Amino acid sequence: MATATGIGASVRRREDQRFLTGRGTYTDDINRPNQTHAVMLRSPHAHARIRGIDTSEALKAPGVVAVLTGANMAADNVNGLPCGWLIHNKDGSPMKEPPHWPLARDRVRYVGDQLAVVIAETREQAKDAAELVAVDYEELPPVASIRAALAEGAPAVHDDVPGNLCYDWHLGDRAAVDAAFVQAAHVITIDLVNQRLVPNAMEPRAAVGEYDAATGDYTLTTTSQNPHVIRLLMGAFVLGIPEHKLRVVAPDVGGGFGSKIFHYAEEAIVTWAARKIGRPVKWTAERGESFLTDAHGRDHLTHAELALDKDGHFLALRVATQANMGAYLSTFATSIPTYLYATLLAGQYKTPAIYAEVKAVFTTTAPVDAYRGAGRPEACYLIERLVEKAAAELGMDKTEIRRRNFIPADAMPYQTPVALQYDTGDFAKNLDLALPAADYDGFAARKAESARRGKLRGIGFANYIEACGIAPSNVAGALGARAGLYESAEVRFHPTGSVTVFTGSHSHGQGHETTFAQIVAERFGIPIENVEIVHGDTAKVPFGMGTYGSRSLAVGGSAIVKAMDKVERKAKKIAAHLMEAAETDIEVKDGRFTVAGTDKSVGIGDIALSAYVPHNFPLDELEPGLDEQAFYDPKNFTYPNGCHVCEVEVDPDTGVVKVDRFLAVDDFGRVINPLIVEGQVHGGLVQGIGQALFEHCVYDEDSGQLLTGSYMDYCMPRADDVPSFQVSWHEDQPCTHNPLGVKGCGEAGTIGAAAAVMNAVVDALSEHGITHLDMPATPERVWRAIRQNRPAMAAE
Amino acid sequence: MSCTVTMTVNGKAVTREVEERTLLVTFLREHLGLTGTHVGCDTSQCGACVVHVDGRSVKSCTMLAAQADGAEVTTIEGLAAADGTLHPMQAAFREHHGLQCGFCTPGMVMSAVDLANTHPNLTEDEVREGLEGNICRCTGYHNIVKAVLAGAEAMKSGTTQKAAAE
Repeated sequence: MATATGIGASVRRREDQRFLTGRGTYTDDINRPNQTHAVMLRSPHAHARIRGIDTSEALKAPGVVAVLTGANMAADNVNGLPCGWLIHNKDGSPMKEPPHWPLARDRVRYVGDQLAVVIAETREQAKDAAELVAVDYEELPPVASIRAALAEGAPAVHDDVPGNLCYDWHLGDRAAVDAAFVQAAHVITIDLVNQRLVPNAMEPRAAVGEYDAATGDYTLTTTSQNPHVIRLLMGAFVLGIPEHKLRVVAPDVGGGFGSKIFHYAEEAIVTWAARKIGRPVKWTAERGESFLTDAHGRDHLTHAELALDKDGHFLALRVATQANMGAYLSTFATSIPTYLYATLLAGQYKTPAIYAEVKAVFTTTAPVDAYRGAGRPEACYLIERLVEKAAAELGMDKTEIRRRNFIPADAMPYQTPVALQYDTGDFAKNLDLALPAADYDGFAARKAESARRGKLRGIGFANYIEACGIAPSNVAGALGARAGLYESAEVRFHPTGSVTVFTGSHSHGQGHETTFAQIVAERFGIPIENVEIVHGDTAKVPFGMGTYGSRSLAVGGSAIVKAMDKVERKAKKIAAHLMEAAETDIEVKDGRFTVAGTDKSVGIGDIALSAYVPHNFPLDELEPGLDEQAFYDPKNFTYPNGCHVCEVEVDPDTGVVKVDRFLAVDDFGRVINPLIVEGQVHGGLVQGIGQALFEHCVYDEDSGQLLTGSYMDYCMPRADDVPSFQVSWHEDQPCTHNPLGVKGCGEAGTIGAAAAVMNAVVDALSEHGITHLDMPATPERVWRAIRQNRPAMAAE
Repeated sequence: MSCTVTMTVNGKAVTREVEERTLLVTFLREHLGLTGTHVGCDTSQCGACVVHVDGRSVKSCTMLAAQADGAEVTTIEGLAAADGTLHPMQAAFREHHGLQCGFCTPGMVMSAVDLANTHPNLTEDEVREGLEGNICRCTGYHNIVKAVLAGAEAMKSGTTQKAAAE
């Protein structure tokens, strides 16, 4: 039943009131009495031995309270930052896991690697004092890229990791793939770079550590997407603080996109230091520090081959990927190019045989980990580029080749050859809806019109699918995850009928304070203003895994539904008692509890009051109170999917690529708040366009220096770089295994967009004989590609 | 080295002694406790720090507090009416979902108000170009553009919207 504030309504957001009036509370906005400020001393070298750190001058500087190093941490038995996912090699041996000290001890391994913390009364004093710390570095050769790491005789980033190889992993059926290639009528080959990106949430990371000597309680306030995970990792593994003495609070967080999932060194440093100096310690990154030290994303090199029969049916896919881990293993780094990537290599297609091998390497660069899509954009990019290359080489229409290979809707649930089983999806329908909406038939005319203006027009598709709503704990555990991936919820009715919901999810832009309230308001038929959503504080919320992987509605929302189910069961008993009826005669609809066949009914509000003022209450059967908790562990991943269509115009004189139009037709299962879902898609699309055309995180090969260390050199997409979008979805393929029927939407835009844009660019440039271009398709790259293929043009 | 700065911020006269190198954004956030204005970068490009100085939008990270001596400064906290009624631009951002995480939002709204004040008939292209100095990572700009166009219209017609009773 649709209401103005229930499921399906574009309810305007409650959180906007504070954000729009400048009254949000982001971590850097927080100030504690008697606080100190911390500045991290970071290595200017990509690779160096630390021969000595002389803090004597810094300690004399005005306002300095302490200067602490890795040696101080070692003396306090501080452990390294853990990696949360164990990957095994092809031969069954475990991956290499070198230690990752929060403050470097004897060696630094990337520009920005922190080796000391300077703590002073003011930030300026700490910064000034940091310049006085004298470090004796013995420079070592950098290893600045995947190629450098795997080169014969490459320097070792970690002495006990031969060949800089973290792991050599595989998935699929090599024999079946090899056999299929022998039979193939066509083999399409591609070599792709999925370039390193910097997530660049607009709020830089920050952390405030506090210790109360009177109680022994620690508090960490941090820009995190998952405070309980930080409490567990930092408390149990790094600092040895029992979880019941450690509170982690993630207040308003200004964007994450994955980069704020991980347990970072600075969190441990400020928490540990707060106890050492007996005062709160506050640290906020400058943007340059964010560039250097936030976990980067992507950074794959891939060689892939697609085998087809004479009619364009896919027979087999063979993939070899090399993935950059950076200098140390970040929390989920190892899972991104393996279980979040290779398992999506079927895409929307019924390719019967797939084999993927992935080598992960260490380099003297920032750690690499999940960034919006985390493995799935890499998979989609590979498949969809290959598919359009195949179409071009076979002379087939790019939509026809897809139709011939789509998994049909009636084949669901569909077991892919790469572990995942898709539950529902109608891929042909996405395309059927997209083509007329994109006026595919009119493309030729638009191309001619562009040509009259001297521009090259191209069209590209991306038919993406992703695995979200991570994850079933037993599956994840069997694959090496060291954590469960359920979600928690507590639904607490108050005596006078309003509700507080505590969720283990965390909203850093997704609008959960509004959308979760919609679900609860509709279920119990209460005004949405009477529902409060609380997240982000481990002192208030039961153990949850946080927000990433498009999981909040699918897993967090489902946990709320389970808790509401428990509330309803208890409420029914109370209602039966209040109305002197049998429990089996009670019907529930929209928060009203009615005796079947009568007009005797009681609302949830009266039931709540009765539960907390139990004067007329079945105390021999039930406890007072109406407050239920639930944990939800998903049965499967969810599989959002869709069709992206992009048209670009390329100016052959300047190489500038303009995205002229972008259309998305998606399947997110059930949609709770259309306005918010559209917003998620828009944001995701621009991040995908950003990768395709603008963004590139570059390290200098010779020195290992980060060349793109600020917005001067790292090109963020801006408002005049992108168009408005056409976004739509259908809801007739709900998820079959969670109570809300939702699939999630947070990453979908990013997962498909880069492939759609690059397919369009290659399409536009095809008349110049160009069959491949790597991202980002900057004006320089496009210009050079055109001129390389047309020597005559280069002379102009 | 320190100096005394005096300015009017959101209608209130303030005087403080600050280090000469103090940026205006630091003065607002840390000396006056007005944390609505945000710092998002260190190269003057992201726009999260935009405020109005003497009626025009300025990146407060690229200005010393001393340079604002004697000026009238308006921050995001000073945009809504005294009774809490949202400024039409703020209301438009809410209506059109022109924000997600909220971090770029104060600067975005202040830039948008200036854009509306200086362009009588804003077009989508003018909005996109005019916001080139404000980076958003969440929204993809689509709804921001809608919000700014709607907010500019509302400003012209003098429409206001009561703040939600939160």
